[in-house]
Amino acid sequence: MELAIQARGLRKRFGSTEVLAGLDLAVQAGSIFALLGPNGAGKTTTIGILTTLVRPDAGAATVVGADVRTAPAEVQRRIALTGQSAAVDGELTAIENLVMLGRLSGLGRRQARAKAAELLARFELEGAAKRRVSTFSGGMRRRLDLSLSLVVDVPVLFLDEPTTGLDTRSRQELWAIIRSLADAGTTVFLTTQYLEEADRLADRIAVLDRGTIAAEGTAAELKARVGGEFVELRDADGELLREIPTDGSVHALRGAIDELDRSELGAVPGARIGIRRPSLDDVFLAITAGGTPGSPGSSAVRSGELLETN
Amino acid sequence: MTTNATTLPARTAPAGPTRALRPRIRGTVAERVFVTRSLLQELRDPESMLMAVVLPVMLMLMFTFIFGQAIDPSGGYVDYVVPGIILLCAGFGASSTAVSVSRDMTTGIIERFRTMPLRSGAVLTGHVVVSVIRNLFATAVVIAVALLVGFRPDATALDWLAMFGVVALYILAITYLFAAIGLAASSPEAANGYGFILLFLPYVSSAFVPVETMPDWLRPIAEHQPITPVIETIRSFLVGTPLGSSGWVALAWCLGIVLAAAVWGAWLFRRKAGRR
Repeated sequence: MELAIQARGLRKRFGSTEVLAGLDLAVQAGSIFALLGPNGAGKTTTIGILTTLVRPDAGAATVVGADVRTAPAEVQRRIALTGQSAAVDGELTAIENLVMLGRLSGLGRRQARAKAAELLARFELEGAAKRRVSTFSGGMRRRLDLSLSLVVDVPVLFLDEPTTGLDTRSRQELWAIIRSLADAGTTVFLTTQYLEEADRLADRIAVLDRGTIAAEGTAAELKARVGGEFVELRDADGELLREIPTDGSVHALRGAIDELDRSELGAVPGARIGIRRPSLDDVFLAITAGGTPGSPGSSAVRSGELLETN
Repeated sequence: MTTNATTLPARTAPAGPTRALRPRIRGTVAERVFVTRSLLQELRDPESMLMAVVLPVMLMLMFTFIFGQAIDPSGGYVDYVVPGIILLCAGFGASSTAVSVSRDMTTGIIERFRTMPLRSGAVLTGHVVVSVIRNLFATAVVIAVALLVGFRPDATALDWLAMFGVVALYILAITYLFAAIGLAASSPEAANGYGFILLFLPYVSSAFVPVETMPDWLRPIAEHQPITPVIETIRSFLVGTPLGSSGWVALAWCLGIVLAAAVWGAWLFRRKAGRR
């Protein structure tokens, strides 16, 4: 398989903070690659380096064969970026935004207009084509933002937290669009702090923690690293009281159930026991907390909260 | 006009490096697109355009009819003050450039532009060109109103041409400076705040009263700030006061400001964008 993106030993420091401490990446052409990490892990800096916005202090990276340090203009011809804050012009209408981007991408006036009409239809924005973008909802703005990256079919698309702040429906619409892009052959490199997003969307996932890749693989491979089933105890309202990781063997499951039975939690009225397979949340906690999965400290923490506060 | 885009592959293009690259953009297409963009933004914001014209006109009427009689009972004050008002007006509109530039820098759109193979200054060029056009228009309106309220220049066609040349150069300089200030400002609101400099500077110049009437300590400042030579040059072209060295000094100031702002702006642009 050809590699669309390759990075070796990327380092970047802002002032006294080392954001990237030797990052290695390899992304196969035509795949969806998710860079997963909590806020401040260096996701945006990584995208910045790969899209020529940020110069690395050390290391090398190529995008479809073009070196980000020595041939930034060539990299720019191969990529499109949809950044974290909406990269749209709020004063202009949707169609004006698209025509502007088309013209800046080398299309003639007529071609730019034709492409704009095509993208508005594809992203279901036809009804809002002549409205100023500042009046758009978050989901519409994000769809327009993504469509601006598609005025020409570049080989690699970078998406920095594409669904942050979107409601569930808009998020799933965007996932479907991203999936269809990859099906058509575009390499998609996205960052996310949502485990579900990486799980549902990505062919491969890299977990970024403190400036390096802590783990990399398919969602299944990563989950396998954590081990077997979890025994969990929930109260009558479904709130998690305790969960115990096991290796999936009968002996370990029995041991975990006995442990819950002996603890005072087992006597909570209405408490129910359940067994579940490991999720990416468990993987993420195991890797970024530096401890063993389900160790006393981390098992009580709901993973979503950890991501927000870490 | 580029035509190579017709060769773009359909969506079923093969995966990987064999897909099409973003076509190279030719000539001044980027600059023209950004001028169009800034122009559209401008036209969507008629209030600020109106303010850029109304405020200087109000000031001129105030100085002519309220202070004018006290300053010069013979009624000739309008001829003295109009060049100053022209400059006030020219500079006032420039401060909105700082807001436009700052808005670009604080929203994500600049990152999109910077990840495309474009000349980095093209987006600023759009703002600057449109600002110069708008301010020249505002200047023309102010002069028209001045003529209505009794401004009687004794300028030849050539003098008018030279005057507009000087005003255009001054607008360019001040707009470039404010584009750079827009890059340096932390937010559009902060950028807006710097506009006060341009409302304030003309008062400490020969715009409204001769420098000789100012206190000793203030006089050197008023004489050696950039606005005074520019005003004296315009005054000389319009009402025939002696030009002296003002023309060259004004030219040097304007070119110096353009150069300094361009260097500062380019440095800020490289540093600020992409620092996230």
